[in-house]
Amino acid sequence: MKFAITVTLKKDVLDPQGKVVQQTLQNMGMDTLVNVRQGKYFEIELNETKEDVAKNLIEEMCKKLLVNLIIENYTINKIS
Amino acid sequence: MKISNKIIERHGLKIDEYKKIKLLLEREPNLLELGIFSAMWNEHCSYKSSKVHLKKLPTKNKYVIQGPGENAGVIDIGDDDAIIFKIESHNHPSFIEPYQGAATGVGGILRDVFTMGARPIALLNSIHFGEEKNKKTKNLLNGVVSGIGGYGNCIGIPTVAGETKFNETYNENILVNAMAVGHANKNKIFYSKAKGLNKPVVYVGSKTGRDGIHGASMASAEFDENSEDKKPTVQVGDPFTEKLLLEACLQLMKDNSIISIQDMGAAGLTSSSVEMAHKGSLGLELDLSKVPCREENMTPYEMMLSESQERMLIILEEGKEESAKKIFDKWDLDFKIIGKTTSSNKLILKYDNKTVADIPINALSTDAPIYQRKWEKTKLVKNKKLNNIKKGNFKESLLKILTSPNHSNKKWITQQYDQMVMGDTILRSGSDAAVIKIHQKNKAIAVSVDSSANYCNASPQVGGKQIVCENWRNLISVGSRPIAITNCLNFGNPENKKIMGQFVETIDGIKEACEYLDFPVVSGNVSFYNGTNKKNIFPTPVIGGVGLVQNLNKVIDHRFKDIGNEILVIGKTFGHLHQSVYMNEILGINDGLPPEVNLKNEKNNGQIIMQLIDNNFVRSVHDVSAGGIILSLAEMSMSSGIGVKIARPNKLSNIFEYFFGEDQSRYIVEIKKEKISATIKLLDENNIFHETIGQTQANNFSVEKEFDESVDKIYKLNNTWFKNINATIKK
Amino acid sequence: MKSSVIVFPGSNCDRDIAVALEKLQFKNKMVWHKDSELPKSDLIVIPGGFSYGDYLRSGAIAAKSKILNEVIKAANKGCLILGVCNGFQILIETGLIKGALLRNKNLKFINKDVYLKVNNTNQFCKNYKNGQIIKLNIAHNEGNYFTDKNHLMEIKENNLIAFQYCDEKGLVNDETNPNGSLNNIAGILNSKKNILGMMPHPERMIDKIISNEDGLNIFSSILN
Repeated sequence: MKFAITVTLKKDVLDPQGKVVQQTLQNMGMDTLVNVRQGKYFEIELNETKEDVAKNLIEEMCKKLLVNLIIENYTINKIS
Repeated sequence: MKISNKIIERHGLKIDEYKKIKLLLEREPNLLELGIFSAMWNEHCSYKSSKVHLKKLPTKNKYVIQGPGENAGVIDIGDDDAIIFKIESHNHPSFIEPYQGAATGVGGILRDVFTMGARPIALLNSIHFGEEKNKKTKNLLNGVVSGIGGYGNCIGIPTVAGETKFNETYNENILVNAMAVGHANKNKIFYSKAKGLNKPVVYVGSKTGRDGIHGASMASAEFDENSEDKKPTVQVGDPFTEKLLLEACLQLMKDNSIISIQDMGAAGLTSSSVEMAHKGSLGLELDLSKVPCREENMTPYEMMLSESQERMLIILEEGKEESAKKIFDKWDLDFKIIGKTTSSNKLILKYDNKTVADIPINALSTDAPIYQRKWEKTKLVKNKKLNNIKKGNFKESLLKILTSPNHSNKKWITQQYDQMVMGDTILRSGSDAAVIKIHQKNKAIAVSVDSSANYCNASPQVGGKQIVCENWRNLISVGSRPIAITNCLNFGNPENKKIMGQFVETIDGIKEACEYLDFPVVSGNVSFYNGTNKKNIFPTPVIGGVGLVQNLNKVIDHRFKDIGNEILVIGKTFGHLHQSVYMNEILGINDGLPPEVNLKNEKNNGQIIMQLIDNNFVRSVHDVSAGGIILSLAEMSMSSGIGVKIARPNKLSNIFEYFFGEDQSRYIVEIKKEKISATIKLLDENNIFHETIGQTQANNFSVEKEFDESVDKIYKLNNTWFKNINATIKK
Repeated sequence: MKSSVIVFPGSNCDRDIAVALEKLQFKNKMVWHKDSELPKSDLIVIPGGFSYGDYLRSGAIAAKSKILNEVIKAANKGCLILGVCNGFQILIETGLIKGALLRNKNLKFINKDVYLKVNNTNQFCKNYKNGQIIKLNIAHNEGNYFTDKNHLMEIKENNLIAFQYCDEKGLVNDETNPNGSLNNIAGILNSKKNILGMMPHPERMIDKIISNEDGLNIFSSILN
C-alpha cells in the first residue's frame, strides 16, 4: 500500500523560502501569482493490507519524525 | 472586554501589578493596553528583580564609550575604531524549538549590534545541555548547533568561539546564549534616544506576522508540563532578510538621516517604540493601520506584541524619507512611515482612525515595578577530607575525562559554523580566545565566552569572581589586553529566596573581580525562571570578554611549536580538587568549595604573561582551567601533535591533586631553551611563582611513571564522543 | 586587468574576493545583480555566500537574474569567469558548468581547511606547480559534485578537473573527500577552460598572518 504525505507550514508561520520564490516568480513576469508556500512531499510504501492499520502507522511516522508539529501541518492520501 | 483575574494571570502579571496599572492609568486598561503593560513589565524587559543589584557592577574605564542601557556596549580601541558587543539568552525558545530558537537568538543579538551602527564581525555562543543519558540532549544539541550555524553562516558573519557544556542541571532547561561583536567608527554610533517633535517614525524590514506573540512573557515564566503546548509562539528566523536589513541599515547610516534606531526584539513594536520615547522624554503616536502585515485580519493587539524577526524602528530626520525609502527599496524591504514623535509623553496608538491605546510612557518605563526581592546567602558546604585519593588510577582518569562529552574535541560543532567568512579570523574556535583582525588594520580583538556553573553553584560569590578571571586569562593567553565584558546571567526563579541569593552573591563576585582588574561590564542580559516545576538550574553566569591586540605579530596560541622546549607553569599549584572535573567526573563527588581566587595574584600573573608575550619569550601559552594542569597540557599537545615529557612533582605528595587540581590564576607556557634564563629572571624580579615541569618532545604524551601514549592516540580518543553522535540523533 | 564581482542579495564573500583582487592590483568593480549592463571586464567573479538565502536550491534564484544573461554572453565570448562556493553553485544552475552540487554526504555544513591537488594546465592555475598540494578553506552545505558518466569521461579526457580534495601528502581517496564529491572534485572547468567553478575559498588564503597565501596564485595566474 502506498501513501502520499504532504507537509506544509502552518498558516501563520513565516515561510522565508516561499517568500523569496514568490518574489522571484513575480519579477519574472508571472503577474497573476498571489502567494507561494513551500512544503515537503513523501511517498511511502508499506507492506500492509489493512488500510486503517497502514494509515495509523503513517500517522505515527508523521508525528514522530516526518513532521515538525510545532510549525508544520500534514495530509495523508492513499495513492495505491 | 472586562479584564478578569484569569486574563491578568495569563499575561503573567500579578494582581498587585494590575492594581498599579489602574492607578497609573487612572482607569481600567483595555486588552491591548494590558498586553502592552505585560510586555513592558515582565522580567525580560523591565529587569524588575535584577535592577537594584545590577547597579552595583562597574561599568566604566578609560575605554568605555557606552555602558549598559543601550542596545549594546561600546568600547574605544583607538584610531576612531569602536567595538560594540553584547550577549543575550534565548533559552526558553530553544528548548521548545531548538533550531529556530537558536537561530532567532543569533539574529536578535546581531540586530542589537548593527542597530548601533556596527558591522558585525564575530559571533560567539555559550550553550548548555542536559546530561548525556537524557534522551533529549543529543537532539537539542543537534538542533541548536544547526540553528546557530544556519543563521550565522547565511548572513555571513563568522562564528568564532564558544563553549558547549553538559550537565544534569539543564535536562529540562537548556541554555543558549549568543554574543555578537561589531566594529564601527566611534564618531558614527547610533543610539535609541528619540529627539525632536513631529519626526517620522518608520517601520523597516520584514512584515509583521503572528510569530511569538507573548514570547517575552514566555521567557519570564517557568516551564511546566504544558510548555509543549506553548510551541506555536516560537518565531521563525530569516537570515537572508536579516542580511538585507543589515546592509540597508548600514547604508542608511552613512549619511545623517537617522535620529534614533531600535531593533524590534522581545515585545517587538511595543518595546522598541516605548524605549525610544522614554529615552528622549517624548511621546509617540503610531497608526497601526499602516503596519506592514503578513497575515490577514491582524489585530492591534497582535501587531503590538508580535515578535516577528528582522524588523527595525527608525526615527528619521524630516525630509529624508524619500532617500531612505530608496535604500530599502533596493534591498526589497518594507519601509513604512507609521507615526510621529509628539510632545505628549504618551504612547498613543490609532487603528482605523480610532484611538485604541493611550498610555503614559513613564507608566511603561520609569514607573514599572522594581523589586527588592528577599534573598538568602548560599550555604557553603565545607570541603571534606579525601581519603581514598591515592588509590586512583591516573591513566584511566585522564582518558575518561578526555572521552567525556564536556572535554571532548568540539570540532563536530565548530565545523558546522563558518569561522572564516569576512577573511579576518586569525584564531578560530578551540583556542583560548578567538582573534579577529580589524579589517585592513594592524590590530585585532580577542573574544572569549566562559562560565563555571559547578563553581557558581557551590559558591556564587567565588564562582562569579572566578569566571571573570578565567575570561581575563583567556584573553591574555592569545596576546591581547583585556578591556571589557558583557554578561548573560542565567538563573532560576527569583521569587525563590535561595535563587535570588545566588544572583546577589554572583553579582558581588563579578563586581569584585571586574573592579580589581579594571574590566567593566558594558552590556548584558538577565535570564530568570530557568527551571521546571520548581527545580532550578545551577546559577550560570556567562561572561563574554573583549581584549585588544595592538600588534598582529604578538598573536599567540596554545599549540606547542617545537620539540625540546621547556614547559613552565606560572602561578602556584596547591592542589585544590573540590568542584574540579576530577572530583565530579571521576570520584562522583559534587560538594565542597570551588578554588578561591586571589585577585592580586590574578592581576600580577596576567600582567607578567602579557610581558612575556610582548618580549617574544614564549612560543605558546595556555591558561589552566577545568581539568587542571594535565588537561591543559593534553590540549596543547592534541592541537599541535607535539608530545610532552613531564616529571613527577616532588613537592606535593599527591599527583592527583597536583595534575588535576584547579587552583586559579595559572598559565602554562612553552619557552625555547635560549630564552629560559631571561624569562626566569623576569619572573623572579616580579615575585611570580613558577616551576618548570618538563619539556616538549616528539610523538608521545608522557607523565613519569603514570602515563605514556602517543599524542595521535589521545587525539583520536578525544574525538570519539562526537564521532559517535550522528548515529544517535533523530532525523 | 579589469575585474567585476557580481553581488546578489545574500552574497557574503563579495568583499573578501574584492580584497584579494585589489591586493593583486586588479581594477575591480562591484556589480549589483539588478544592473543590466556589465562593465567591460577580463574577469568576472561570482562570489560565495547565500544568494537569496540558498532558498529553493543553492544558486537557483540568482541564476535567473538579469545580470546572469550578461555573464553568459561574456562567457561565450571567452571572458574568464570564476565562481567560488555559492558562485560555483550559480554557475551550475545556469548551465555554464555541467553537473550538480548535492548536499554534503554527512548532511551538515562543513567549514574546515582542506588540502587540494592542483592541475595547472589552465589559465586559473598556471602559477602553481602541476600536482602541487595547497591548503584552502571550505564552507558549504552543498558541495558534493556529481555528474553523468559521459560528462565525467569528457572531464577526464580534456583534463578539466582543476582541484581535487586530498591529504597533505596528495593522497586522493574517500577518506580525504570531505563532502562526497565524485572523484574528489573540488574545482572544475568548462570544456573551453575559460570558466572555473570551485567550492574552496581562495580569497580566504591570501594573508600569512591570518592563514596562509595558498590562494593567491589563482588570482596571479589570471593576471598574466
